[in-house]
Amino acid sequence: MSIDLKTIKHISKLSRISVDDKRAEKLVDDLNSIFDFIEKLNELKTDNVEPLTSVAETTLKLRPDEVKSKNIREQIIKNSPQDNEDYFVVPKVIE
Amino acid sequence: MSEITNQSLTELVENVKNKKLSSTDITKAFIERSEKSKELNAYITEDFTSALDKAKKFDQKPNLDLKLPGIPMAVKDLFCTKGIKTTAGSKILNNFVPTYESTVTENIWNEGAILLGKLNCDEFAMGSSNETSFFGNVQNPIDKNFVPGGSSGGSASAVAGKLTPITIGTDTGGSIRQPASFTGTVGLKPTYGSCSRYGIVAFASSLDQAGPMAQNVKDCALLQEVISSYDPKDSTSIDFERNHYSKELTNNIKGKKIGIPKEYRVDGMPKEIEELWQKGIQYVKDCGAETIDISLPHTSYALPTYYIVAPAEASSNLARYDGVKYGFRASGENLIDMYEKTRSEGFGAEVQRRIMIGTYVLSSGYYDAYYLKAQKVRNLIKNDFDEAYKKVDAILTPSTPSSAFKIGEKTNDPVSMYLNDIFTVPVNLAGLPGISIPAGHDSKGYPLGLQIIGKAFDEQNILNIAFAMEQKINFKNKIMDWWIK
Repeated sequence: MSIDLKTIKHISKLSRISVDDKRAEKLVDDLNSIFDFIEKLNELKTDNVEPLTSVAETTLKLRPDEVKSKNIREQIIKNSPQDNEDYFVVPKVIE
Repeated sequence: MSEITNQSLTELVENVKNKKLSSTDITKAFIERSEKSKELNAYITEDFTSALDKAKKFDQKPNLDLKLPGIPMAVKDLFCTKGIKTTAGSKILNNFVPTYESTVTENIWNEGAILLGKLNCDEFAMGSSNETSFFGNVQNPIDKNFVPGGSSGGSASAVAGKLTPITIGTDTGGSIRQPASFTGTVGLKPTYGSCSRYGIVAFASSLDQAGPMAQNVKDCALLQEVISSYDPKDSTSIDFERNHYSKELTNNIKGKKIGIPKEYRVDGMPKEIEELWQKGIQYVKDCGAETIDISLPHTSYALPTYYIVAPAEASSNLARYDGVKYGFRASGENLIDMYEKTRSEGFGAEVQRRIMIGTYVLSSGYYDAYYLKAQKVRNLIKNDFDEAYKKVDAILTPSTPSSAFKIGEKTNDPVSMYLNDIFTVPVNLAGLPGISIPAGHDSKGYPLGLQIIGKAFDEQNILNIAFAMEQKINFKNKIMDWWIK
């Protein structure tokens, strides 16, 4: 299989990373060489193999749903690029 | 007493406990050497003034029962440190100051250690040479213009160059063991679930583990003992009884069965690596262990599997960097435009490439062909190890297929860069512990490492084997301090 410019533009949109034409062309080459390498997996028949989602052989632990961090609004907002002390501020979404 | 910065962690702890050295003496010595070592570019953020204050404070009322009493230590800049900038080597986090502490670093400070600063690494730990860092290349103390490996390149350089007595890195596909091998240091990747991932900037959550990087095996065991803990704040942290790794460390490995997997003899592997491996086999035999030829038949599928699983998880983890809640923001005409420009300007080329691979393999129509397929092969790889461990107690392999390479040598070809991790990646996929120890030099005099892979939660065993081998190998790092004027 091969990845073309159109596919790169599509992935770029899905991943919310803007890519100019020059970079997109470089990405076509890079991703094709990486996927050539990945295609090796097709040598293996895996129809009857279970997927491995986690190496930890335990079921995830449950815990009581308790509030442990109180009054941390200031901490949460502290690193925001733009805020009005109560909210994160983003470019206008609704016209 | 030898020069402070030449002492191992174990010696420093001993000297503090016997009141031969103060925390201030030690902290000053490492700061002075770090100041003279700017050319290595090992640090992203220095915290020297505050480190000295903490050392003085420690000395006023020293608690000598702690495991790391007043010991200064720099850590990889992937661990969130409260009030200290944490960048993950990325422009997108260049202004991020965590309001909380990672569990692993918290464990270290609780045992009396003092933060010296934050060490350089590949951006979001994605790289094998430290060349993807927004903060520039790191130099390998073994020779000018050679990479220290990656992604924990700053950490490896700082330990080998004696800017810090010991450090912690993280390992998703080899990021502790490969740089340890490239710099003649010891690096342990613990079993998945041994060290908490809480507060570590996430790369690939099912693979990431923190671990110690040290000058010798004993130091490594001591730090592992400190950082490994059960943590309810990490849902995959595992509650098991942890050893006192340094106390229980022994060089008695008589009768241990050590597997030698034939699939690690890869095409085009330099003769020096094969010879090193053979020497390693002789060393473990000399220690009274038995070696057994084994097969891990799916080894050659590990790297392609990794390059689906890791980018898939990364693309999901890194979706949080959107310029809204923290980090860098580029201005855009509207919300979507702001997102796209922020991520385009904030992430470097390798990170963007991996996000795109991950997005693609998870996208509609490709999920089964790539991601599901990789998860199935991952199971086959884990099964290989499960089968092998019915016959052996540990596995011995080379750590890397080559010694350190030149800065810039592999940056244009991602696949050749990825091949660096060919021997380390299977261990992450199977969630096992692995340790790299320096075992010899190549013809240029650069260090080469051997890797010992253990059963899950069997860190003590691989530390013991490493400890026994270390005494036979008697490795001396050839570092001439070329960067110190």
